[in-house]
Amino acid sequence: MNAIITVLGKDNVGILAKVSNECAAVGVNITEVTQSVLQGMFAMIMLVDITGCTVSFSQLVDSLTARGEEMGVKVHVMHEDIFNAMHKI
Amino acid sequence: MINSHDILETINMIDNENLDVRTITMGISLLDCIDSDIDKACDKVYDKICRYAGNLVRTGEDISKDIGIPIIHKRIAVTPIAMLAAACPTMSPVKFAKTLDRAADTIGVNFVGGYSALVHKGFAPGDYALIESIPEALSCTEKVCSSVNIGSTKAGINMDAVAKMGKVIRRTAELTADRDCIGAAKLVVFCNAPEDNPFMAGAFHGAGEPDCVINVGVSGPGVVRAALAKAGNCNITEVADIVKKTAFKITRTGQLVAKEASKRLSVPFGIVDLSLAPTPAIGDSVAYILEEMGLEQCGAHGTTACLALLNDAVKKGGVMASSHVGGLSGAFIPVTEDAGMIEAARSKALSLTKLEAMTAVCSVGLDMIAIPGDTTAEIISGIIADEAAIGMVNSKTTAVRLIPAIGKKAGEELNFGGLLGQGPIMDVNPKSPAKFISRGGRIPAPMQSLKN
Repeated sequence: MNAIITVLGKDNVGILAKVSNECAAVGVNITEVTQSVLQGMFAMIMLVDITGCTVSFSQLVDSLTARGEEMGVKVHVMHEDIFNAMHKI
Repeated sequence: MINSHDILETINMIDNENLDVRTITMGISLLDCIDSDIDKACDKVYDKICRYAGNLVRTGEDISKDIGIPIIHKRIAVTPIAMLAAACPTMSPVKFAKTLDRAADTIGVNFVGGYSALVHKGFAPGDYALIESIPEALSCTEKVCSSVNIGSTKAGINMDAVAKMGKVIRRTAELTADRDCIGAAKLVVFCNAPEDNPFMAGAFHGAGEPDCVINVGVSGPGVVRAALAKAGNCNITEVADIVKKTAFKITRTGQLVAKEASKRLSVPFGIVDLSLAPTPAIGDSVAYILEEMGLEQCGAHGTTACLALLNDAVKKGGVMASSHVGGLSGAFIPVTEDAGMIEAARSKALSLTKLEAMTAVCSVGLDMIAIPGDTTAEIISGIIADEAAIGMVNSKTTAVRLIPAIGKKAGEELNFGGLLGQGPIMDVNPKSPAKFISRGGRIPAPMQSLKN
């Protein structure tokens, strides 16, 4: 089962590391990452496999959102279902 | 992997353009709760609602978090209570309203619809008593919504019911005058009422529906407006295409939520309602879409044409996105619930007569309009009759939800707060239709051929 993590906000040191650490700690496997920094704005999209996740999805959402707030960036964790529904026929 | 542009577009829709699923509404049949002892019937109603919908709110919140899209309301629609009231003719049906209110409190939903009667061809036992009790029922409950169907394309218009509803709307406003007449904001008079509408205040669970069903209402006027703004100066064909594509995306989220809710609650999926439902929040307005199409302000000449295009394109985009479409499905134009409509009504760019024309091409009707407190019951009935005639002749749903602002005049404001919003009291033509309304009887059903 896949989820998509997006991180948007002002670039600062260690955003990727912190999000990755949080994922690793709960058994979430990162399968793809795209990342760009445009004029100081950081945008990262991660495709992650949550099959082996050791906490509930809702706990994962809460912990990553909270970690994002600490870094001053906006983190979204969503099942890939909504993107597939909206953009694929 | 999914295209990163698509991912960011979805997130932008949710974060900045107010994309949400407006409501998950569980329809529950109460036909098996009918009892000649009203207390027993009320107990059965309370038990059944709590048993079926006990997990509705929590499930809605879980789905919202898992999928990542806000689901604003979780609601209940029940069998028209007039059908239950018919079995206990000597008792006031208000007890049912209080029971529904109590059940809504227990399960945590914000509205329960179905304090309703279907009288388009005449009054059956229970119907008259229920209609008589609406003012009291809506003044002594918080979460109960009421609707009365007074006409249909197949049956014509029941003018006795039209006359009655003018009085009922006034009385309901009078009894809640201390709360900005909010009772009338929870009362809808329909022509061609749909049996599977998930939106309040007109939701009820029709007699042709299964025991229990999940219906979902989508939203997203902000998303449509933003898509049009991005497209810039394109022609109207392209405008229609953009609306269609956007409506498709919006509806797919509704379909996803509906399927998920149906699975988790083990309740069959009924329909997705394709309506663009505005809220008073800035950017969540249907009027702004019309203005984005090129009108100086909603209500200008051209508004009806823009709305017709919008309404049709939303349906065309939405139909393909969902396996079952139903309910009201179209663009809503509730004046006090739409920031752009409120501004247009305040500046008098938008009048009641223009709104009436607009209702001929969109769902639903004259919705959430505050009118002067001295408007007579006959004038209200006249407005209902006009609106019902538009629905009857055009084979579409129309509705009237007027709020007589007791003690106030045109130009002053009513403020309900929250989703019901606020807005100016609009001018009404003061000439009297009293004699026409007092005639009673029925307007015969219209021709369905020789269309012109």
